[in-house]
Amino acid sequence: MALQLEKRDRSLIAFIDGELDHHCAASIRETLDSAYQQAQIKNLILDFSKLTFMDSSGIGVIIGRYKMVQAGKGKMLITGISANVLRLLTLSGIHKIIPIVNNVETALKTV
Amino acid sequence: MSVHNEMKVEFLSKSANEAFARVTVAAFISQLDPNIEELSDVKTAVSEAVTNAIIHGYQNSNGIVRIACTLTDKTAEIIIHDDGQGIENIGQARQPLFTSSKNDERSGMGFTVMETFMDELTVMSEPGAGTTIRMVKHFGTLNA
Ligand SMILES: Nc1ncnc2c1ncn2[C@@H]1O[C@H](COP(=O)(O)OP(=O)(O)OP(=O)(O)O)[C@@H](O)[C@H]1O
Ligand SMILES: [Mg+2]
Repeated sequence: MALQLEKRDRSLIAFIDGELDHHCAASIRETLDSAYQQAQIKNLILDFSKLTFMDSSGIGVIIGRYKMVQAGKGKMLITGISANVLRLLTLSGIHKIIPIVNNVETALKTV
Repeated sequence: MSVHNEMKVEFLSKSANEAFARVTVAAFISQLDPNIEELSDVKTAVSEAVTNAIIHGYQNSNGIVRIACTLTDKTAEIIIHDDGQGIENIGQARQPLFTSSKNDERSGMGFTVMETFMDELTVMSEPGAGTTIRMVKHFGTLNA
Protein backbone atom coordinates (compact mmCIF):
# COMPACT_ATOMS: atom_id res chain seq x y z
CA MET A 1 0.00 0.00 0.00
CA ALA A 2 1.28 3.45 -0.89
CA LEU A 3 -0.30 6.79 -0.14
CA GLN A 4 0.35 9.80 -2.33
CA LEU A 5 -0.70 13.19 -1.02
CA GLU A 6 -1.34 16.41 -2.88
CA LYS A 7 -2.41 19.78 -1.56
CA ARG A 8 -4.56 22.14 -3.63
CA ASP A 9 -5.75 25.32 -1.99
CA ARG A 10 -7.52 24.13 1.13
CA SER A 11 -8.00 20.58 -0.03
CA LEU A 12 -5.94 17.50 0.64
CA ILE A 13 -6.08 14.88 -2.10
CA ALA A 14 -5.04 11.36 -1.09
CA PHE A 15 -4.39 8.71 -3.74
CA ILE A 16 -4.51 5.29 -2.14
CA ASP A 17 -2.51 2.78 -4.15
CA GLY A 18 -2.88 -0.91 -3.25
CA GLU A 19 -4.98 -2.60 -0.58
CA LEU A 20 -6.98 -1.08 2.25
CA ASP A 21 -7.51 -3.69 4.95
CA HIS A 22 -7.05 -3.93 8.72
CA HIS A 23 -3.30 -4.48 8.28
CA CYS A 24 -2.83 -1.20 6.36
CA ALA A 25 -5.53 0.84 8.12
CA ALA A 26 -3.39 2.22 10.95
CA SER A 27 -0.67 3.66 8.75
CA ILE A 28 -3.17 5.16 6.29
CA ARG A 29 -5.05 6.72 9.20
CA GLU A 30 -1.90 8.22 10.75
CA THR A 31 -0.60 9.63 7.47
CA LEU A 32 -3.97 11.14 6.52
CA ASP A 33 -4.60 12.61 9.94
CA SER A 34 -1.22 14.26 10.30
CA ALA A 35 -1.41 15.70 6.77
CA TYR A 36 -4.93 16.98 7.45
CA GLN A 37 -3.88 18.65 10.69
CA GLN A 38 -1.48 20.85 8.71
CA ALA A 39 -2.51 24.48 8.62
CA GLN A 40 -4.93 25.62 5.90
CA ILE A 41 -6.32 22.20 5.06
CA LYS A 42 -10.07 21.89 5.30
CA ASN A 43 -11.34 19.44 2.71
CA LEU A 44 -10.38 15.86 2.02
CA ILE A 45 -10.64 14.04 -1.31
CA LEU A 46 -9.98 10.31 -1.27
CA ASP A 47 -9.06 8.91 -4.68
CA PHE A 48 -9.51 5.15 -4.96
CA SER A 49 -8.68 4.70 -8.64
CA LYS A 50 -5.54 2.74 -7.74
CA LEU A 51 -7.14 0.77 -4.93
CA THR A 52 -6.96 -2.97 -5.58
CA PHE A 53 -8.78 -4.27 -2.49
CA MET A 54 -10.95 -2.97 0.33
CA ASP A 55 -13.01 -4.57 3.10
CA SER A 56 -14.96 -3.29 6.13
CA SER A 57 -11.75 -2.00 7.71
CA GLY A 58 -11.76 0.54 4.87
CA ILE A 59 -15.30 1.55 5.79
CA GLY A 60 -14.04 2.27 9.31
CA VAL A 61 -11.18 4.38 7.97
CA ILE A 62 -13.53 6.40 5.73
CA ILE A 63 -16.06 7.05 8.50
CA GLY A 64 -13.29 8.03 10.91
CA ARG A 65 -11.85 10.55 8.42
CA TYR A 66 -15.34 11.89 7.71
CA LYS A 67 -15.75 12.73 11.40
CA MET A 68 -12.38 14.50 11.39
CA VAL A 69 -13.27 16.58 8.31
CA GLN A 70 -16.65 17.45 9.81
CA ALA A 71 -14.95 18.63 12.98
CA GLY A 72 -12.69 20.75 10.74
CA LYS A 73 -15.80 22.19 9.04
CA GLY A 74 -14.62 20.90 5.66
CA LYS A 75 -16.06 18.71 2.95
CA MET A 76 -15.10 15.17 2.08
CA LEU A 77 -15.47 13.48 -1.29
CA ILE A 78 -14.59 10.12 -2.77
CA THR A 79 -13.49 9.52 -6.36
CA GLY A 80 -12.38 6.71 -8.63
CA ILE A 81 -14.27 3.80 -7.07
CA SER A 82 -14.68 0.31 -8.52
CA ALA A 83 -17.93 -1.67 -8.59
CA ASN A 84 -16.78 -3.64 -5.56
CA VAL A 85 -16.00 -0.55 -3.48
CA LEU A 86 -19.32 0.99 -4.53
CA ARG A 87 -21.09 -2.05 -3.09
CA LEU A 88 -19.28 -1.61 0.23
CA LEU A 89 -20.10 2.11 0.34
CA THR A 90 -23.75 1.38 -0.44
CA LEU A 91 -24.05 -1.45 2.10
CA SER A 92 -22.70 0.77 4.85
CA GLY A 93 -24.72 3.84 3.84
CA ILE A 94 -21.57 5.93 3.25
CA HIS A 95 -22.85 6.90 -0.21
CA LYS A 96 -25.60 8.88 1.51
CA ILE A 97 -23.27 11.04 3.59
CA ILE A 98 -20.17 11.36 1.42
CA PRO A 99 -20.53 12.44 -2.23
CA ILE A 100 -18.97 10.05 -4.76
CA VAL A 101 -17.75 11.81 -7.91
CA ASN A 102 -16.04 10.68 -11.10
CA ASN A 103 -12.66 12.32 -10.83
CA VAL A 104 -10.47 14.61 -8.76
CA GLU A 105 -11.14 17.66 -10.96
CA THR A 106 -14.88 17.35 -10.36
CA ALA A 107 -14.23 16.86 -6.67
CA LEU A 108 -12.13 20.05 -6.52
CA LYS A 109 -14.94 22.01 -8.17
CA THR A 110 -17.43 20.64 -5.67
CA VAL A 111 -15.61 21.41 -2.42
CA MET B 1 -16.75 -32.63 -15.77
CA SER B 2 -17.13 -32.91 -12.02
CA VAL B 3 -14.60 -31.33 -9.71
CA HIS B 4 -13.65 -32.27 -6.21
CA ASN B 5 -10.73 -30.70 -4.41
CA GLU B 6 -9.75 -29.70 -0.88
CA MET B 7 -7.11 -27.58 0.79
CA LYS B 8 -6.21 -26.55 4.33
CA VAL B 9 -3.98 -23.77 5.50
CA GLU B 10 -3.12 -22.46 8.96
CA PHE B 11 -1.15 -19.43 10.04
CA LEU B 12 -0.37 -17.18 13.00
CA SER B 13 -2.93 -14.50 13.84
CA LYS B 14 -0.86 -11.64 12.44
CA SER B 15 -2.47 -8.87 10.43
CA ALA B 16 0.09 -9.35 7.65
CA ASN B 17 -1.56 -12.73 7.03
CA GLU B 18 -4.93 -11.17 6.12
CA ALA B 19 -3.71 -10.57 2.56
CA PHE B 20 -2.00 -13.98 2.50
CA ALA B 21 -5.27 -15.69 3.47
CA ARG B 22 -7.53 -14.03 0.91
CA VAL B 23 -5.02 -14.38 -1.93
CA THR B 24 -4.44 -18.06 -1.10
CA VAL B 25 -8.15 -18.89 -1.09
CA ALA B 26 -8.66 -16.89 -4.30
CA ALA B 27 -5.82 -18.80 -5.99
CA PHE B 28 -7.35 -22.12 -4.92
CA ILE B 29 -10.89 -21.37 -6.08
CA SER B 30 -9.67 -19.96 -9.39
CA GLN B 31 -9.77 -23.54 -10.72
CA LEU B 32 -13.58 -23.19 -10.71
CA ASP B 33 -13.16 -20.35 -13.21
CA PRO B 34 -14.97 -17.65 -11.22
CA ASN B 35 -15.53 -14.26 -12.86
CA ILE B 36 -13.77 -11.18 -11.49
CA GLU B 37 -16.72 -10.15 -9.35
CA GLU B 38 -17.13 -13.60 -7.78
CA LEU B 39 -13.41 -13.75 -7.03
CA SER B 40 -13.52 -10.33 -5.43
CA ASP B 41 -16.58 -11.34 -3.34
CA VAL B 42 -14.73 -14.35 -1.94
CA LYS B 43 -11.56 -12.37 -1.23
CA THR B 44 -13.53 -9.75 0.67
CA ALA B 45 -15.52 -12.30 2.70
CA VAL B 46 -12.37 -14.26 3.63
CA SER B 47 -10.67 -11.04 4.64
CA GLU B 48 -13.61 -10.20 6.93
CA ALA B 49 -13.61 -13.57 8.69
CA VAL B 50 -9.82 -13.72 9.09
CA THR B 51 -9.62 -10.14 10.36
CA ASN B 52 -12.34 -10.92 12.90
CA ALA B 53 -10.44 -14.01 14.08
CA ILE B 54 -7.31 -11.90 14.59
CA ILE B 55 -8.77 -8.81 16.25
CA HIS B 56 -11.83 -10.18 18.06
CA GLY B 57 -11.07 -13.88 18.50
CA TYR B 58 -7.46 -13.57 19.55
CA GLN B 59 -7.62 -9.89 20.62
CA ASN B 60 -4.39 -9.30 18.68
CA SER B 61 -2.47 -11.89 20.71
CA ASN B 62 -0.87 -14.97 19.16
CA GLY B 63 -3.07 -17.83 18.01
CA ILE B 64 -3.63 -20.04 15.00
CA VAL B 65 -6.21 -19.29 12.32
CA ARG B 66 -7.31 -22.30 10.26
CA ILE B 67 -8.90 -22.27 6.83
CA ALA B 68 -10.35 -25.28 5.04
CA CYS B 69 -11.72 -24.98 1.54
CA THR B 70 -13.65 -27.63 -0.38
CA LEU B 71 -14.59 -27.35 -4.04
CA THR B 72 -17.44 -29.42 -5.43
CA ASP B 73 -18.44 -28.79 -9.02
CA LYS B 74 -19.29 -25.08 -9.13
CA THR B 75 -19.40 -24.52 -5.37
CA ALA B 76 -16.78 -23.50 -2.82
CA GLU B 77 -17.22 -24.10 0.90
CA ILE B 78 -14.83 -22.08 3.06
CA ILE B 79 -14.44 -22.72 6.78
CA ILE B 80 -12.46 -20.28 8.92
CA HIS B 81 -11.74 -21.19 12.52
CA ASP B 82 -10.08 -19.57 15.52
CA ASP B 83 -9.62 -20.86 19.07
CA GLY B 84 -10.13 -17.39 20.48
CA GLN B 85 -12.58 -15.93 22.95
CA GLY B 86 -15.77 -16.76 21.07
CA ILE B 87 -19.02 -14.81 20.63
CA GLU B 88 -21.58 -14.50 23.41
CA ASN B 89 -24.54 -13.31 21.35
CA ILE B 90 -24.28 -14.38 17.72
CA GLY B 91 -27.58 -12.78 16.70
CA GLN B 92 -26.45 -9.41 17.99
CA ALA B 93 -22.96 -9.79 16.46
CA ARG B 94 -24.51 -10.39 13.02
CA GLN B 95 -26.59 -7.21 13.11
CA PRO B 96 -25.39 -4.54 10.67
CA LEU B 97 -23.40 -1.83 12.48
CA PHE B 98 -22.94 -3.86 15.66
CA THR B 99 -19.37 -3.79 16.91
CA SER B 100 -17.83 -4.61 20.28
CA SER B 101 -14.81 -2.39 19.60
CA LYS B 102 -16.25 1.08 19.84
CA ASN B 103 -12.91 2.90 20.13
CA ASP B 104 -11.29 1.22 17.17
CA GLU B 105 -12.96 2.80 14.13
CA ARG B 106 -14.70 -0.48 13.35
CA SER B 107 -17.94 -0.13 11.42
CA GLY B 108 -19.64 -3.36 12.48
CA MET B 109 -20.19 -4.32 8.84
CA GLY B 110 -18.03 -7.46 8.59
CA PHE B 111 -20.80 -10.05 8.99
CA THR B 112 -23.12 -8.04 6.73
CA VAL B 113 -20.43 -8.05 4.04
CA MET B 114 -19.92 -11.83 4.38
CA GLU B 115 -23.67 -12.40 4.19
CA THR B 116 -24.11 -10.16 1.15
CA PHE B 117 -21.08 -11.32 -0.83
CA MET B 118 -21.51 -15.06 -0.21
CA ASP B 119 -24.50 -17.37 -0.78
CA GLU B 120 -24.51 -18.93 2.69
CA LEU B 121 -23.08 -17.88 6.06
CA THR B 122 -23.13 -19.95 9.22
CA VAL B 123 -21.60 -18.74 12.48
CA MET B 124 -20.77 -21.28 15.18
CA SER B 125 -19.32 -19.92 18.40
CA GLU B 126 -19.31 -20.17 22.14
CA PRO B 127 -17.60 -17.98 24.70
CA GLY B 128 -14.21 -19.49 25.47
CA ALA B 129 -14.54 -22.10 22.73
CA GLY B 130 -13.55 -20.15 19.65
CA THR B 131 -15.45 -19.33 16.49
CA THR B 132 -16.08 -21.19 13.24
CA ILE B 133 -17.39 -19.37 10.16
CA ARG B 134 -18.75 -21.43 7.28
CA MET B 135 -19.37 -19.73 3.98
CA VAL B 136 -20.57 -21.13 0.67
CA LYS B 137 -20.35 -19.55 -2.77
CA HIS B 138 -21.87 -20.89 -5.98
CA PHE B 139 -20.11 -19.79 -9.13
CA GLY B 140 -21.59 -19.05 -12.51
CA THR B 141 -25.17 -18.63 -11.28
CA LEU B 142 -25.60 -15.16 -12.80
CA ASN B 143 -23.64 -15.14 -16.02
CA ALA B 144 -23.01 -18.77 -16.79
N1 LIG C 1 -13.91 -14.56 15.41
C1 LIG C 1 -14.55 -13.82 16.35
N2 LIG C 1 -14.30 -14.02 17.68
C2 LIG C 1 -14.92 -13.28 18.61
N3 LIG C 1 -15.82 -12.31 18.34
C3 LIG C 1 -16.12 -12.07 17.06
C4 LIG C 1 -15.50 -12.81 15.98
N4 LIG C 1 -16.00 -12.35 14.83
C5 LIG C 1 -16.88 -11.39 15.14
N5 LIG C 1 -16.96 -11.20 16.47
C6 LIG C 1 -17.85 -10.24 17.17
O1 LIG C 1 -18.87 -9.85 16.27
C7 LIG C 1 -18.87 -8.42 16.14
C8 LIG C 1 -19.32 -8.04 14.75
O2 LIG C 1 -18.36 -8.44 13.76
P1 LIG C 1 -18.27 -7.63 12.40
O3 LIG C 1 -17.16 -8.18 11.59
O4 LIG C 1 -19.62 -7.60 11.79
O5 LIG C 1 -17.95 -6.14 12.88
P2 LIG C 1 -16.56 -5.57 13.43
O6 LIG C 1 -15.46 -6.53 13.18
O7 LIG C 1 -16.76 -5.14 14.83
O8 LIG C 1 -16.36 -4.28 12.51
P3 LIG C 1 -15.81 -4.29 10.99
O9 LIG C 1 -15.81 -5.70 10.49
O10 LIG C 1 -16.81 -3.45 10.23
O11 LIG C 1 -14.47 -3.68 11.03
C9 LIG C 1 -17.48 -7.98 16.51
O12 LIG C 1 -17.43 -6.64 16.95
C10 LIG C 1 -17.14 -8.98 17.62
O13 LIG C 1 -17.71 -8.59 18.84
MG1 LIG D 1 -15.14 -7.43 11.34
